Amino acid sequence: MKQVKTTRQYGIFINFRKIYANLLSLDTSLLFQKILKIQYSQTCVMFSLALILLTTSATGVMAGGGFQQIAPGLYFSSGVHQDFSKSNKGQIANTGFIVGSERVAIIDTGSSYQQGLRIREHVRAVTDLPIDYVIVTHMHPDHALGTSAFSKDSPQVIGHQNLADALARRESTYLNNMKRLLGDSAKDTQLVIPSKSVTTTEGMSLNLGDRWLYLTAYPTAHTNNDLSVFDTKTGTLWLSDLLFVERIPVIDGSLLGWLKVMDGLMASGCINTQHNRQCQPIVQVVPGHGPVVTAWQSALAKQHHYLEEIANQIRRIISKGGTISQAVKSVGLDEQGNWLLFNEYHGRNVTAAFAELEWE
Amino acid sequence: MTVVSSLKQIHSLYSSFIVLAVVTASIIFTSTQATATEGDNRWFQIKSSLIGDSHIQDGQEILELDTPKRAMDAAIVPITIESKFEQTPDRYIKKLYIVIDNNPSPVAAVFTFPGNHSWKSLSTRVRINAYTDLRAIAEISDGSLYMVNNYVKASGGCSAPSLKDPAAAAAQLGRIKFRLPESFAAGDLVPTQLMIKHPNNSGLQFDQISRYYIPADFVRTIQVTYNGEEVFTVDTDISISEDPSIRFGFAPEKSGVLEVHVKDSKGRTFSHSMNLPEQRS
Ligand SMILES: [Zn+2]
Repeated sequence: MKQVKTTRQYGIFINFRKIYANLLSLDTSLLFQKILKIQYSQTCVMFSLALILLTTSATGVMAGGGFQQIAPGLYFSSGVHQDFSKSNKGQIANTGFIVGSERVAIIDTGSSYQQGLRIREHVRAVTDLPIDYVIVTHMHPDHALGTSAFSKDSPQVIGHQNLADALARRESTYLNNMKRLLGDSAKDTQLVIPSKSVTTTEGMSLNLGDRWLYLTAYPTAHTNNDLSVFDTKTGTLWLSDLLFVERIPVIDGSLLGWLKVMDGLMASGCINTQHNRQCQPIVQVVPGHGPVVTAWQSALAKQHHYLEEIANQIRRIISKGGTISQAVKSVGLDEQGNWLLFNEYHGRNVTAAFAELEWE
Repeated sequence: MTVVSSLKQIHSLYSSFIVLAVVTASIIFTSTQATATEGDNRWFQIKSSLIGDSHIQDGQEILELDTPKRAMDAAIVPITIESKFEQTPDRYIKKLYIVIDNNPSPVAAVFTFPGNHSWKSLSTRVRINAYTDLRAIAEISDGSLYMVNNYVKASGGCSAPSLKDPAAAAAQLGRIKFRLPESFAAGDLVPTQLMIKHPNNSGLQFDQISRYYIPADFVRTIQVTYNGEEVFTVDTDISISEDPSIRFGFAPEKSGVLEVHVKDSKGRTFSHSMNLPEQRS
């Protein structure tokens, strides 16, 4: 298709809107898209009236930008525990990069093209080695939207086998949300569809030069496209949003699936890598939000407790014929003191969990 | 009480489908003429497509609309509409429109009631794409129209009105459940939930393998009957959440069969039935 521009051999940049316009006249099932196009122009007006969100402290912004070495050659930048805002520029998720003897792998690219550029600058301050891999841990905009900043490095953009589809389905929503919430910081942001998929059955090994990374794609949990990165050199497991520390977890996949993934990790305590027949112990875990944890089992247990608690309480409401609205008002309120941003996301979790659990 | 023959059922199913199609088409027509309109203008377009020049009265005395102030999960926003007057065969809600102004396809659902079953409360779940007014418009059996509306804020940055797990949705497509209380007496208004496994897909997505858009696949019509008599029919659209859920109340006078017939945009049909004893206990 000539509308699809392939930029070098890696990710594919797509002007979806242009494709919409071209396909509209061809496919009668897409009548609604004409309305959608109108919708965009209207909502742009509305987005300019966007909410003024929490302001962030100067240190918060620093924390969202700077990188520290948490293991030899493994660099980590922590996101702030806030919602997207103009002042935090969307730097709310943890991002990082790993340096081998021959090449560099990026893990997550942030909320915008500009955040991606800042990550790239940090890499260049550390090493001149080529950035050959950009690993996107899942679809969420705070993790996945800065990828186009690495286009000049022509990396392989790697994600879960479901990532491309999940991003494509959410393209317009995510880009509009970021425009609304981040303003100028969202400028030039575009979607990059991954060029390489990790399957849930096989995983993937990457060689950075004297340093192997092992990627695992999970069944539906936090989302239907969660990927973890295990650095075999240091025993660091980058779980991304499969683990939330301090900040409240968000269910955007399957609560039951997520519990199973956590059970598996806690039961084994190690990662089965392809090149190493032994199951290698997990030394430390990098969550998608919050500090790096060595006591990762207890961090997972805390998250497990929250999810299991809301599941059990929702089941009781369902068995009595109750509704989502009733569940949102009463379920899991004891957990309020345990999590940051509880009021912003807890109701959403109860809603999503209810819709899942009523089919049990 | 009207006895609805099966032929009439088929006819009403067909005609209500046409209504929705015409409404959708005319909204598209008017929308494309005005490219940058304010929210009120959009409602004006929707209104003229739905009901023309007819006057709509304030519906505070007729309906109560319960929506969350903010869409928490953009894909699943529960809404409830209550009828604030005693519905009788002489005066009942004949039609109920649910409109979400700023959604890609604003007419979420059009319910039709034959007037033979009273109801107090009706709930469903919708997708909310952006900050929007959400409206419930009742057409009473005498032809008068009443409207209530709430403003709903959009959800946070990470939420999208999309399917969470398309593979799981496809695997279970067509499963249907009725949920009723363990016990009730004849003549009671029984709160009933109808659940349908269906992706209710907007069709706006990109298939990375074929490089084409997957066509829309959503539930178009749901008809519920009791002993062959229509309880309600609803024409639905992509603004209804995945796995459509409808909670309604009806008062079965005697034992019988509760049935549902579902038709989707790809022409698939699904049915499900449940036997209700005279008195469930
Ligand atoms: Zn996430």
